[in-house]
Amino acid sequence: MKDILGTPAILVGLFALFGLLLQRKSVADVVSGTLKTVMGFLILSAGATVITGSLDIFGKMFEKAFNIQGVIPNNEAIVAVAQQTFGAETAMIMLFGMVANILFARFTPFKYIFLTGHHTMFMACLLAAVLSTGGLDGVVLVVVGSILLGLWMVLSPAILQPYVKQVTGSDDIALGHFGSIGYFVAGFVAKYTGNKEKSTEDIKVPKSLGFLRDSSVSVSLTMAIMFFVVAIFTGQDFVEKELSGGTNFIIFSLIQAITFAAGVYIVLAGVRMIIGEIVPAFKGIADKVVPNAKPALDCPAIFPFAPNAVIIGFLSSFVAGILSIFLLPLFGLAVIVPGLVPHFFCGAAAGVIGNAMGGRRGAIIGAFVQGLLISFLPAILLPMLGGLGFQNTTFGDADFGVIGILLSAIMKLF
Amino acid sequence: MKILAVCGNGLGSSMMLAINIKKVIGTLGITADVSNTDLASSKTETADYYIGSPEIMEQLSDGKRKTISIKNLLSLPEIEEALTKYINA
Repeated sequence: MKDILGTPAILVGLFALFGLLLQRKSVADVVSGTLKTVMGFLILSAGATVITGSLDIFGKMFEKAFNIQGVIPNNEAIVAVAQQTFGAETAMIMLFGMVANILFARFTPFKYIFLTGHHTMFMACLLAAVLSTGGLDGVVLVVVGSILLGLWMVLSPAILQPYVKQVTGSDDIALGHFGSIGYFVAGFVAKYTGNKEKSTEDIKVPKSLGFLRDSSVSVSLTMAIMFFVVAIFTGQDFVEKELSGGTNFIIFSLIQAITFAAGVYIVLAGVRMIIGEIVPAFKGIADKVVPNAKPALDCPAIFPFAPNAVIIGFLSSFVAGILSIFLLPLFGLAVIVPGLVPHFFCGAAAGVIGNAMGGRRGAIIGAFVQGLLISFLPAILLPMLGGLGFQNTTFGDADFGVIGILLSAIMKLF
Repeated sequence: MKILAVCGNGLGSSMMLAINIKKVIGTLGITADVSNTDLASSKTETADYYIGSPEIMEQLSDGKRKTISIKNLLSLPEIEEALTKYINA
C-alpha cells in the first residue's frame, strides 16, 4: 500500500483511471489512458537524469568562472529533479488541488477552471517543497497544499480578468498561467505609464523571431550561448582537466547545452502524456459541476490578439533579465541566468497585457518590470526551497516566487 | 483523416484546441482522428491538416502542408467556420 501511494507514477495512473472511469470511457480508452499516464511519469523521470548531468556541469563551470552561484530558471528541470524527494506529495496536491478548484468555482463568485495542467503540476511541486521545508508533512501537507493550490487556481485568473477582457474584447477566455502576478504588475504599470491610443500592432515588427515559439530551439539556443560565455570565463584548462575528460572545451560545452535542451524535451513529452489524460477528465468533471465556469488557459491563448506585442514584450523582458545579471550580485543574490523560455512566454504575455492597458509604451515598460520580477523573485526564493535550492535550477514564473516566498515567511512565524 | 492541433509546447493550447475540434467535427459530419502535439514534433508527424494559432502555422507552412489558422482557440464558431472552409469545401 505504501508503495502504491508512494510511487508517483502509480498515483497519477490511479487518478487517470479514476477520471476515465468517471467519464464512462470504453475499456480500451481506460486501459490505454491509464498506461500512458504512468508511462508519462516515467518519461519525465528519465528526462530528469539527462538534465541533472548537464546542470551539474554548468553549475561547476559558473562557480569557477564567477565565484557565485549561477541558476537556470526552468520549471521542467526543477520539477523533474524534485520528483525524487517530493513525487508523491506533488501528485496528491495536484489531484486534490484540482478538486479544490472545482469546489471553489462552485461555491464562490470566482468561476474559473484552471486548465493549464503543467502549471498545476509545477505549483503542486513548489507547494510540496516549500511546505515540507517549513516543517509540514503527511496528510496536513497535502490538505494545506491542495487548498492553497485550488484557491490560487481560481484567484489567479480572477485578478487578471479585467485586463484580459481588454485584450480579447470578450469575457470568454481567462488566463491560466502562474506568471499572473507578473502580468498583473505589467498591466497595472502600463495603465499609468502608457498611452492606450498607440498600439504595438500599428508598427512593423519583424516576424523572424517567430521561430522562438519552438521551445526546443529556444532552450538549445539559450543554453548554447550561456555555456559558451561561461566556458570562456571558466578557462579551457579547468574544463578539459576537470570536466570533459580531455574533450575540447567548446565542443564539450555545446554538447552539454543541447543535452540540457534534450532533457527538457523529454520531460515535456512526459508531462504532455500525463496531462493528456488528466486535463480532459478534469474539464469533463468541472463542466458537469460548474457549468458556467470560464476556462483559464495557457498564455499563448492571448498571443494571437497582439502578435507584435509578443515580440516587443519578450525583448523588453529579456533586456531586464540581462541587466539583472549585474544587479543581482549587488544584493548578494545568486545570478539568475535569463532563460529565453520564461522571458519569451512571460515577457510576451506581459507585453500583450501591457499593450491593451497602455499601448506600446505600456507594453515595453510593463514587460520590462515583469522581466525584473522574474529575475529577482527566483533568486530570493532559492534559499527557501531547502535541498532543492542547490540544484542549479529553479522555478521561473512570478507566482512560484511570490507564493513560495510568502509561504516561507508565514511558516517561520509558527 | 488526421487533424493535428499544434502549439509551442504541445501542452495547454493545442490540447484545448483538439478538444474543441472534436466537439465541432461531429456537427459538421467530418470523421477524423484528432490529436495534439508541440511544434518540434509536429514537423515530423504526418497529418492531413495542421491547425493552430497563426504564428505557429506560419512556422509550419512550407507549401506542402495544409495549415488552418485559428485566432481564438475557444471560439467554436471560428473553428467551425475554418473547418467548413478548408475541409468541407
